[in-house]
Amino acid sequence: MSILLFIEQLLNGLQFGVMLFLMSAGLTLVFGVMGLINLAHGSLYMIGAFAAAAVATATGSFVLALMASLAAAALAGALIELTIIRRLYDRDHLDQVLATFALILIFSEGTRWMFGSFPLFLDVPEMLSGPVTLPGGIQYPAYRLSIIVIGLVVAAGMFALINRTRVGIRIRAGEADREMIAALGVDIAKLYTFVFALGAALAGFAGALVGAIQSVQVGMGEPVLILAFVVIVIGGIGSVKGALVGALLVGLTDTMGRFLLPQIFALFLEPSAAVSVGSALSSMLIYILMAGVLVVRPRGLYGVS
Amino acid sequence: MGRETYINIASLALLAGVPIWAWIVDEPFTITLATRAAIFALAGVGLNLALGLGGLISLGHAAFFGIGGYAMGILASHAQSYTPLMEVPFAIEGTKSMLVIWMVAIVTSALAALAIGLLSLRTSGVYFIMITLAFGQMIYYFAISWPAYGGEDGLSIYVRNDFPGLNTLVPIQFFGLCFGLLCLVLWLMSAVQKSSFGLALSAARQNETRVLSVGVEPYRLRLVAFTISGAITGLAGALFADLNRFVSPTMLSWQMSGEIIVFIIIGGVGRLFGPVIGAMVFILLEHVLGGLSEFWHVYLGALLLGIVLFAKGGVIGALAGREKAHD
Amino acid sequence: MTDVVLSTNRLFKSFGALRATNDVSLDLRKGEIHALIGPNGAGKSTLVQQITGHMMSDSGSVHLMGDDLSGKGPAARARLGLGRTFQISSLSMEHTVLQNAVLGALGRRGDVMRFLKPVMKDRALLSAAQDALARVGLAEYAAMLTADLSHGQRRQLEVAVALTLQPKVFLMDEPMAGLGLEGAQQMIALLTELRQSAPILLIEHDMDAVFALADRISVLVYGQVIATGTPEDIKVNPEIRAAYLGDEVPT
Repeated sequence: MSILLFIEQLLNGLQFGVMLFLMSAGLTLVFGVMGLINLAHGSLYMIGAFAAAAVATATGSFVLALMASLAAAALAGALIELTIIRRLYDRDHLDQVLATFALILIFSEGTRWMFGSFPLFLDVPEMLSGPVTLPGGIQYPAYRLSIIVIGLVVAAGMFALINRTRVGIRIRAGEADREMIAALGVDIAKLYTFVFALGAALAGFAGALVGAIQSVQVGMGEPVLILAFVVIVIGGIGSVKGALVGALLVGLTDTMGRFLLPQIFALFLEPSAAVSVGSALSSMLIYILMAGVLVVRPRGLYGVS
Repeated sequence: MGRETYINIASLALLAGVPIWAWIVDEPFTITLATRAAIFALAGVGLNLALGLGGLISLGHAAFFGIGGYAMGILASHAQSYTPLMEVPFAIEGTKSMLVIWMVAIVTSALAALAIGLLSLRTSGVYFIMITLAFGQMIYYFAISWPAYGGEDGLSIYVRNDFPGLNTLVPIQFFGLCFGLLCLVLWLMSAVQKSSFGLALSAARQNETRVLSVGVEPYRLRLVAFTISGAITGLAGALFADLNRFVSPTMLSWQMSGEIIVFIIIGGVGRLFGPVIGAMVFILLEHVLGGLSEFWHVYLGALLLGIVLFAKGGVIGALAGREKAHD
Repeated sequence: MTDVVLSTNRLFKSFGALRATNDVSLDLRKGEIHALIGPNGAGKSTLVQQITGHMMSDSGSVHLMGDDLSGKGPAARARLGLGRTFQISSLSMEHTVLQNAVLGALGRRGDVMRFLKPVMKDRALLSAAQDALARVGLAEYAAMLTADLSHGQRRQLEVAVALTLQPKVFLMDEPMAGLGLEGAQQMIALLTELRQSAPILLIEHDMDAVFALADRISVLVYGQVIATGTPEDIKVNPEIRAAYLGDEVPT
């Protein structure tokens, strides 16, 4: 096992983590501010990817595709918030789960109807399709590196938004006491739509970025959604910082686990057994991590108890 | 008798009547559909103990459905290939006896539910929902990546398993078996609902502090409910695998977890026969709407949305009105 | 003192820099109604939560009939004899009045884990529940859905459920809240009768009720008990008059 490979996997883990953060940040905010669990978040990820693929195919411009993903996802988010999600804030969690699950069905099948069952392809832009040479002589795909950079920039932007702006103050106040900020004259309806659409945009953006590495197809959002849930449980609901820490933990654990475990098992098992045991165990690793965190902190690392 | 009781009896009559008619006019496919409905109903009855009575929103119940299915698959596949599961430290042979398979399915899914419950029930609300979903997903990924039993492709069982005195390959006989089990479990659940445990569990759902104040720990109640719930859904999984003579990780997917909840919601959450009616409606929709359009899930989603927003009580709620307190 | 049933000993609880409970020692003696009064924000709810076990104190202890309750959760304390009613009604709304009372009797008996016998046909539980309902005056409402009860009736049901526990002590959190004149008078009569079963630690705002019922009054201000005494002592205490009772002390 070479150091180069190890570092490459580390960076992959970081990239995975950063993408999970984009997905989780919106989810955790929506829960923290509005008290709503949203299963349709995966659909917004998918919508962003499909919008990007469609625009990239039509215009050939990756930048336009990314903008389209943000716009389409934000729009879709705002739309469902205004029509459906708003009715769910006062309902219990079961209703929220069911209604947003229904949205998954509608969006998934609707997308399949519009685009068919075969995956679409979104190409990595020319400029970024080659490798970048990092200090130490390591070659790493430029595109993946840009995802890491973009993700960290977005994270910084989120922190600035939450901690330095008036909207951020309202978000934080809303997380602490929903009724109070309404009483203080903050336009709750607009704030909620904004938070929801922001989360949606982040998810759609993540979908577009990842769509260039993997494929764009119906159902791509739900596995990522469930991972985002794991991130939030680890990080603590409502905490963007928790989402970042949790996302990086999950991304690194998963990637490094899949890389290292089969090799570790190969030290004392025969090769085929090592691969199967290693890969089976590594597929469960992040859930074991989640379980471990829960035993010690039932509310997550940064959750408010 | 109250309206709800009439509805319950009618639903059982329908569920039994349709396959009997199909048997008379020799439409075996319809019998298979009815068997599917009965099995889904059983899975839903299991979940409903945790969800409807206990208020535990488990989004990972497919884990137990699949574990029951794989219990069947593993035991039967070893039997059909004449190889033992294990030789060291003691020999375990496969089996094609349904009774043994059901026992194993029930015990393994109960143990899984106990393990998952022990961890998840320390949390509540949204955490619980997400955690059960996550654990379900974990088991799904494990099944896909464990190559010994087919991995992603699943496992085929060539011949239906044996039940003493019956020819289980005959559709109406297998239906009878599943229907019989469903009725047995419904009867047991009816007793549980009216029991001390049922009263306390239901009270814990409505007001946890109240239950604490009379000296009862909600955690213990919920753990027991979750475990029994997993066991019942596991039994349904074993039956499902037997019906299809096939088990695959799809039985463990989040979509399956969602479907089980959908059966319950259509019928009416918390109503004993909710899953029965819900499963029948679902199978009907799947068959009829599915025949019309391959995108029928859109309509299912719209229906579900409509029920959640406008008709919370499901079919039974709409027909029978407000729930009578179970005296 | 052997007729002390419930006591708190030097309880402290802080939230960051805020001392919510500051060296509180109270006791509740057999047969008495001991009222705890204090302005909003004095820390009454925090104190109640430490006594019931919902919150852990930073230091100090709570004793019930000589048993140290430290480390025991609310359910364990209930089993040891701590009965309580809630400021905001805490009942199973979908159940009937009788079912709520039976739950209490069931908790008292302790055999919740029974799965097959119908609980509402259990003679022993039913009679305990019906007795409690009769004592609070709700006997004829037994079959009614709790959600359909009036506010005052729900308060009565709270007391009935506490009764089914046959507790050694009643901890009552603002039982008068939301009751009209007639309801308040009924509750006062009920509590007067109740003290014969077990002493009552009464957290209340309604001064008429407090002075009508209490044998002793403790005043909690900023997390500290600034005075404990008979109603007469409290009425004439100049500090308290100034700080809290103002001119509205009933004579």
